[in-house]
Amino acid sequence: MNPVYYLYLAALLFTIGATGVLIRRNAIVVFMCIELMLNACNLAFVVFSRMHGNLDGQIIAFFTMVVAAAEVVVGLAIIVSLFRTRHSASVDDASLMKL
Amino acid sequence: MNAENLIALLIAAPLLGAAVLLVGGRRLDGVGHWIGTLLSTTSFVFGVILFADLLGKNPEHRTLMQHLYTWVPVAGFQADVTFRLDQLSMTFVLLITGVGSLIHLYSVGYMEHDERRRRFFGYLNLFLAAMLLLVLADNYLLLYVGWEGVGLASYLLIGFWQHKPSAATAAKKAFIVNRVGDMGLSIAIMLMFATFGTFAFGPVFAHATGASEGKLTAIGLMLLLAACGKSAQVPLQSWLGDAMEGPTPVSALIHAATMVTAGVYLIVRSGAIFNAAPDAQLVVTVVGAVTLLFGAIVGCAKDDIKKALAGSTMSQIGYMILAAGLGPIGYVFAIMHLVTHGFFKAGLFLGAGSVMHGMNDEVDMRKYGGLRTYMPVTFITFGLGYLAIIGFPGLSGFFSKDKIIEAAFAKGGTEGWILGTCALVGAAITAFYMTRVMLMTFFGEKRWQPDEHGHEPHPHESPKVMTIPMIVLAVGSVFAGGFFSIGDRFLHWLEPITGHSEGNSPLSAAAVTGATMVCLIIGVGIAYLQYGRRPVPAVAPRGSLLTRAARRDLLQDDFNHVVLVRGGEHLTRSLVYVDHTLVDGVVNGTAAGFGGLSGRLRKLQNGYARSYAVSMFGGAALLVAATLLMRAV
Amino acid sequence: MSFPLLTATAALPAVGAVATAAVPAARRTAAKWLALLVSLATLVLAIVVLVRFDPGGARYQLTESHPWIADFGVRYELGVDGIAVALLALTALLIPFIILAGWHDADPLETGSRRWRPTQGFFALILAVEAMVIISFEATDVFLFYIFFEAMLIPMYFLIGGFGDRAHAQGEEAASTQRSYAAVKFLLYNLVGGLIMLAAVIGLYVVAGNFSLQEIAQARANGSLHMATSTERWLFLGFFFAFAVKAPLWPLHTWLPNAMQESTAPVAVLITAVVDKVGTFAMLRFCLQLFPEASKWATPVILVLALISIIYGALLAVGQRDIKRLVAYASISHFGFIILGIFAMTSQGQSGATLYMVNHGISTAALMLVAGFLISRRGSRLIADYGGVQKVAPVLAGTFLIGGLATLSLPGLAPFVSEFLVLVGTFTRYPAIGIVATFGIVLAALYTLVLYQRTMTGPVKPEVSAMPDLKARELVVVAPLIVLLIFLGVYPKPVTDIVNPAVKQTMSDVHKTDPKPEVEAAK
Repeated sequence: MNPVYYLYLAALLFTIGATGVLIRRNAIVVFMCIELMLNACNLAFVVFSRMHGNLDGQIIAFFTMVVAAAEVVVGLAIIVSLFRTRHSASVDDASLMKL
Repeated sequence: MNAENLIALLIAAPLLGAAVLLVGGRRLDGVGHWIGTLLSTTSFVFGVILFADLLGKNPEHRTLMQHLYTWVPVAGFQADVTFRLDQLSMTFVLLITGVGSLIHLYSVGYMEHDERRRRFFGYLNLFLAAMLLLVLADNYLLLYVGWEGVGLASYLLIGFWQHKPSAATAAKKAFIVNRVGDMGLSIAIMLMFATFGTFAFGPVFAHATGASEGKLTAIGLMLLLAACGKSAQVPLQSWLGDAMEGPTPVSALIHAATMVTAGVYLIVRSGAIFNAAPDAQLVVTVVGAVTLLFGAIVGCAKDDIKKALAGSTMSQIGYMILAAGLGPIGYVFAIMHLVTHGFFKAGLFLGAGSVMHGMNDEVDMRKYGGLRTYMPVTFITFGLGYLAIIGFPGLSGFFSKDKIIEAAFAKGGTEGWILGTCALVGAAITAFYMTRVMLMTFFGEKRWQPDEHGHEPHPHESPKVMTIPMIVLAVGSVFAGGFFSIGDRFLHWLEPITGHSEGNSPLSAAAVTGATMVCLIIGVGIAYLQYGRRPVPAVAPRGSLLTRAARRDLLQDDFNHVVLVRGGEHLTRSLVYVDHTLVDGVVNGTAAGFGGLSGRLRKLQNGYARSYAVSMFGGAALLVAATLLMRAV
Repeated sequence: MSFPLLTATAALPAVGAVATAAVPAARRTAAKWLALLVSLATLVLAIVVLVRFDPGGARYQLTESHPWIADFGVRYELGVDGIAVALLALTALLIPFIILAGWHDADPLETGSRRWRPTQGFFALILAVEAMVIISFEATDVFLFYIFFEAMLIPMYFLIGGFGDRAHAQGEEAASTQRSYAAVKFLLYNLVGGLIMLAAVIGLYVVAGNFSLQEIAQARANGSLHMATSTERWLFLGFFFAFAVKAPLWPLHTWLPNAMQESTAPVAVLITAVVDKVGTFAMLRFCLQLFPEASKWATPVILVLALISIIYGALLAVGQRDIKRLVAYASISHFGFIILGIFAMTSQGQSGATLYMVNHGISTAALMLVAGFLISRRGSRLIADYGGVQKVAPVLAGTFLIGGLATLSLPGLAPFVSEFLVLVGTFTRYPAIGIVATFGIVLAALYTLVLYQRTMTGPVKPEVSAMPDLKARELVVVAPLIVLLIFLGVYPKPVTDIVNPAVKQTMSDVHKTDPKPEVEAAK
């Protein structure tokens, strides 16, 4: 099977994720969309690894997973504390830094 | 001790006086006036010693030089502090220190009740020092120092009574009008430096003929501009009348011994340049002729005794400038008239001061009258000065003025006739206005009234310390001219410096003298008919158009006021506006533009995470697109 | 290795600034005395430099050279020529007077005001400026010069913005606003100038490969470093722009009146008599030496701008109602003369310009400091608020008059010599410009005497009737300046002897010789 199809899939997933980040207000959903984008990238890395026949892409994919895990920890913590103080998970409400 | 070394002391003595009196402070209030008088007299004594020394030498070797130090050495530009004492500067030194010392002495009495008398003497000494520097300098730059020093001293003295706004304004005006003239002198020096590479008298005069005539004419005209400023010649004469705001001894000093004579000195000293620039000479004579008539006409209309005398000075200096413009025919007579004028004009001013002293500082001649019985000494000395200035036969003015008129005719051609006629008419007018002053002041009925406080003036003779200088000057007014003329003493004395030629007069000397006498009689006669036969009205009649214009200095001041003062005010005001709105506005506008731009840009930072994300994605997409595009290309 | 005299001269006030700032808040007087002593010690060092300097010797003397940022060829390179020595001495001379004149300018305000005036800071900043100005005069490395040329702005900014006149017609609030406007304007103008210069400095490095003034100038002279005409012109313009802002040259002058008006008189003197001199000095040292051809190319335009400065500044001075603004515009006119002298490219012009920088420093200091004493007595800067001061305070009026006469270049006082040299130097090459510039002397008489007349003469105004005359401290400030003005007016040879050889060098840098007179008169 042609690995290029997997690339199309990765691009599709990335686009869905990006669109979600841009149009959704719920912080949890935005967050999940970011995860989607990261995993789309992972998929692309793995495909490239396969296409070029070396392992660099797969190693990077592991790094990405680690970063994603760390991000989940920090990100969720922020969202939870945001929800606690403002009783809302909308990203638009978090505009305290605005002038 | 060599005589040369005395030259610097001539200047140092009054300069020391000025420094001591001005820095010394109140401690010296009691003795200041005597210190000032002593030091100016010391300078006179040095002058006499040097004069004796010069007389003992061969006429060809009567030039003493004293080099003190190098003043400004920059590449080709070498200015030295070097003094030159020759027959010309010697004449001036004696006049300045002699008449100056008499005026010092007179001021001791005149300024007795002024609490700032010490300072007055400090300024007087400064005046003498600056004037001596002017006539003793051996190069034009050093002369310039004295030139402006004289301007400074006159500024300080004219404005001596600073609490009077009119005095402060007059002083400022004198200085600024003089500065216009000074500009001429500094351009002349620059021209000399560009032409000759030096501005020391010796080399410049020696090589004067080597330069192109255009350059020399330019130098001559610029020197004339300078002379016009200092000597109050048309068109820079306007300061002289206002300068009467100063105490009367100052007027005497400015008009007789210092200041106004500087212009004549400058032109005679620069004779070598003028001789090679006939066009410039012609302009000099024209300025002289115009001024001598201008001053005389103004003098006829003034009721203020000092201003009438000021008009007279302007006119007499006009004679000198006219003579100086005639070249070697006239140089000697210009200086001779200057010296005799120094005697009688100083005497007249001191006399006027004495009259004012006795009349509660009243200056309006219409409020005098019949004073001859109240102040006999003043009357006699003033009368002798009067006879001298109108050129009464046998007195000083007769010899010197007559010579100038002769010289004017001797220029030859149409010019000679025109200039000579001007000089003759001037003599008639001089006789008229001086007779008018004399009659209004000392003859007729007494016309003075109690002032607004009810004080009636009690005319009285001035103290000895004032009358003695007047008597000495009167003696000079009577005899100086005759003494100089017998055997052409003055001519032989100055000739080695200025040169002399007889010219070719179309009229004989006797004819000129006769014509002068006729003019004199006409002038005196008209004045007698108008002011001697009839009582003088206490309020000036309206007068003819010319009289009214002459009272206003022939409208020259009004012209200055409208064109220069008003115009200048408008110019500076609009420039202030331009500077604030335009020049500054451009800069402030740029700043405001940036401010506005950043205000707009700030709106992009709306605080929504999504909008930041859009710009991030947009940016990333742009970068990717750009990369791909570059690849493709 | 010999004692680093030049470094010491700059380092002493720098250390003094830190020490002064560190004096505890309560001991204000001690801080003042410390600052004064440091400035006097710096003056002593400057005199040592002056004595050690040999006018007939090498071009740059007392040189020091150490690698600094080796990667970019930046060196810590100091050295002085005659021009720098003269200005170094002027700076060191003026600072003690500035400190003494500003003795009470930074005292805490009396009760009722929340504003605290950090006295220590005021004097520390003055010393800091002194240190930076001195090192700017000494630096022979373009980068080193640039750093201090710019760094000077920081203490100056605080001096202008933080310490204004005691009294202000519209109250403390308005005064504060106008002060910060003036300070920001000063900073922005000079920063823009400095940034453009930075671009030119980098450009110079790209072209020349190092920053050493001497090396570049030498390489240019012997032809080993060739610059394209357009490159040279652009670099020249970059440098010149910064210096023209600092000098200031018309039409980049508008920051000066604001800055001088709002700051205290001693700070105003610091701006115009000391800091601005770096601008004109740098034109002589950097523009002419590094870019001789471009300098000649730009000369006509610069001369016209200088001429406009002279006449325009003088005319505006005539129209001012504020004493300090008047002096500021007069200074603009004088800076026009200095720049005219520099770019006339004659020995007389350049010697005159250097002399002018020194004399203008002294004369403006005399006039401005006395004006400051006057203003502090009455609490107003407006000319119209004065009248008849001469009657109640004759010594103050007398010194003010002498300061004014120096400003109008009266012969016998120092500025005359320099002004005349500039005029003659300009005239021999450009007669028309020389003649127009001469009009400046009439206008100078006008604004000075009008100022004197309106403030000092006439009937005594009731508000000034109780005005005290100069106090001992103030006399100590003014009297030496006046003595110096007279001395240098009568005998300027000591200064010209130092300056002349340096000017000769500069003239040969630009390959110019003085015009020959039409008639070669025998000496």
